[in-house]
Amino acid sequence: MAPILTAKKVTKRFGGLVAVNSVDFEIPDKSIVSIIGPNGAGKTTFFNCITGFGKPDEGEILFEGTPIQRLRPDQITRLGISRTYQNIRLFAAMTALENILVGEHAFLHSSWISSVLGLPGVIHEEKTALAEAQRLLDFIGLRGKGDMLARNLPYGAQRRLEIARALATKPKLLLLDEPSAGMNPRESEDLTGFIRRLRDELGITILLIEHHMRVVMGISEAVTVLDYGEKIAEGTPAEIQGNPRVIEAYLGRGAATEGMATAHERFTSSKKSD
Amino acid sequence: MKKENFLWNAIKTGLLGGTIAIFICLVGMTEIFSKRDVIEKVITLGQFVLLVTMAAMGFIAARRTSDLFGGNRPVLNLTAGLIAGLVTGLILALFVFIGYKVNLRAVFLNASPPLYNLLTFGKGQGNIWPLPLIGVGGGLIGAAFLLIPAMYRGPLTRALIFTFFMALFSGLFRVVMINQKGGVAKAAKYLFGQTGLTWEGTLIFFFTVLIIAFLWNYRGKEVQARISRLPKRGQLSLRILVFIIILYIAIMLPTVSGPFIAQVIVTVTLFILMGLGLNITLGFAGLLDLGFVAFYAIGAYTVGLLTSYGPFGLQHVSFWVAVPIAVLVAMSFGAILGLPVLGVRGDYLAIATLGFGEIVRLLAGSDFLAKYFGGPQGIIGIQKPCIGTLAAFVRVDVPRACNGIELGTVQTIYYVAIVSALLIAFVAWRLRESRLGRAWMAIREDEDVAEALGVNLIQTKLLAYMLGAAFAGLGGAIFATLIGSIFATSMQLLVSINVVALIVVGGMGSIPGVIVGAIALIGLPELLREVSEFRFLFYGVTLIIMMIARPEGLWPSQATRRELHHADAENVSAESMV
Repeated sequence: MAPILTAKKVTKRFGGLVAVNSVDFEIPDKSIVSIIGPNGAGKTTFFNCITGFGKPDEGEILFEGTPIQRLRPDQITRLGISRTYQNIRLFAAMTALENILVGEHAFLHSSWISSVLGLPGVIHEEKTALAEAQRLLDFIGLRGKGDMLARNLPYGAQRRLEIARALATKPKLLLLDEPSAGMNPRESEDLTGFIRRLRDELGITILLIEHHMRVVMGISEAVTVLDYGEKIAEGTPAEIQGNPRVIEAYLGRGAATEGMATAHERFTSSKKSD
Repeated sequence: MKKENFLWNAIKTGLLGGTIAIFICLVGMTEIFSKRDVIEKVITLGQFVLLVTMAAMGFIAARRTSDLFGGNRPVLNLTAGLIAGLVTGLILALFVFIGYKVNLRAVFLNASPPLYNLLTFGKGQGNIWPLPLIGVGGGLIGAAFLLIPAMYRGPLTRALIFTFFMALFSGLFRVVMINQKGGVAKAAKYLFGQTGLTWEGTLIFFFTVLIIAFLWNYRGKEVQARISRLPKRGQLSLRILVFIIILYIAIMLPTVSGPFIAQVIVTVTLFILMGLGLNITLGFAGLLDLGFVAFYAIGAYTVGLLTSYGPFGLQHVSFWVAVPIAVLVAMSFGAILGLPVLGVRGDYLAIATLGFGEIVRLLAGSDFLAKYFGGPQGIIGIQKPCIGTLAAFVRVDVPRACNGIELGTVQTIYYVAIVSALLIAFVAWRLRESRLGRAWMAIREDEDVAEALGVNLIQTKLLAYMLGAAFAGLGGAIFATLIGSIFATSMQLLVSINVVALIVVGGMGSIPGVIVGAIALIGLPELLREVSEFRFLFYGVTLIIMMIARPEGLWPSQATRRELHHADAENVSAESMV
């Protein structure tokens, strides 16, 4: 399959720190790909390079053949890349419906003058936009909660609303930054199903940053591992699970003998009990 | 243990009250307010303010006592109120006593013999005993107020506030009603005295409102239900009726009220225009602009230069042509300000815009550009608007005769101002509901995320600056024709700050809030000459009280209101639904 996104030798520095170091990366169209790595490995920085939040210092990023590394975030969004955030960043004082409507912004065309005059075109466009927002709200299971302020929604609903807002920009590639953070096993299982639906029903390519190994291993078709800004491994979940370099990066040399998934779970459970 | 607590609490409240009372005296409020009566020949405004302080202290002390004991204990409540009032009165008495012995005037300008004379009720040095007694009375009234059942307290509060309001504005009502001649004039003389309400007026107002409020308490729900049960057409016609009444009042007001009130309303309207403008940049898009007066000045100067027959008039254009040009010029300056500060956020933005405002004012008033803008002499001889044939684009040095209706007086410019304000409020409302409005609010909430969702920050922010500037420019344009001349000195930083304050008081991002804020912060001080002396004290106190009691503003936008007051309820319902 042709890659939807290709990153060539992408490097991002913050002063003396090389956050992302000459990473080559490819996402096949309509696939689910994960990036994993220890804290501070440069995963989110890499996301930021793709979405235009932080321009890469070197290298090239091609989205469907178009170089995007010099574009503004809103231009990249218009091309079809959308994202969610590690810490939920909804428009807290706006309603759920308004949040989604902002996501549709790029595809609405009414100018402010025609809005003030209330031209029929504007009214029609607003109606369509509202119907679309309502549809997305139903899709994430928040029917009837459109008038609630985003900040008053329960945590899981906020996560899903953020995804719905990203979907409103009609992305071809959706970047999810730790979508299962703070979720219990059952919730993250629901999420796994939800992400799969996005791909299967809407045909959206998905790039994940994730810490929950169960989620990663459950849905990814390919996994890329970053450590200290460098790509240290790439392959199918099964290959990654057995890769000694990955286990070492995650848990130190001693853990390399243990299975990756069990070791990681032990690690997270000990962290929680702290 | 508890008993000590409660006594000490009451004394503390009294000490606070005493401090406030002395402060009120020393800033000169008592003296100035005493020229005005609440009830003629019974109580002056100055006395009333002190009495209210005492009653408030009594109320607070009583409430604290209830908090301490976890419920009302009438005897203790009253005792606490009594003590708080007594302490307040004693402190005030002590102040008068010291004032007679020591000359405080060297430090406190207002600690003058007339003040002591007022506080001793004109009887001189020895007569300080009434103050503690009044304190006791006031404190008891305040405490008793707490003990009245809520059912009676609501109507009583409303009646008191309404009566006080009538007393404050009695002068205005009197003038307006006496202008009507006949029976209305007679009624005015019966209800309103020269400086305040008459006895009869007070009783009539108080009991009328009390009875109405009572009935509303009992029957209000029923009436509301009956209205909502009306068929659609009935409701619509009811609304139309209300609208027509308001419209009629708005149209008739200036002819009835005379120039003074019209002038005040026009001033308020101009601030509403500026407020609606800043509400777009600050309230919607969250971009703090402290130099907003610049756009007002630009609008005013553009109209001045285009319509003046004075020495600096460029062209002699009709007002109706000049206004759109002024709006466009203000808009372009909005863009000129916006471009360099696009990437500036928060506090830095406030400073940058502050600088812009000052630059515009200083340039307009400078000798350097005096050739064009008249420098300190300003631009004079601005033509009044004329509804009639217009010979556009001519240069003359004398006022042109208007061959139609000239809108020369305040009462006629009133209509221009009101219509503009309504129009702009409508535009602002439409903008808020539009795609652009949502983008603005998204920027206010989280600029980066908004950009990542496809909002073009440059375009959207520039539009916020430009449209905000356009509204202020329109305000300035009307201001120029209203005054007939403009001077750079009237474009002070204080105007910008007033506009920010009125938005905060009214409610950020709320369009009705702007109107309410402008009436409260601009209109009321204009109407009450006595209060306008203490305008900034009034502002400060209002802002502090607002931040504590109603941080969302007097008339908040829908979303904010929900956010601050129903958040918990919604949380609960949300969780139960999920």
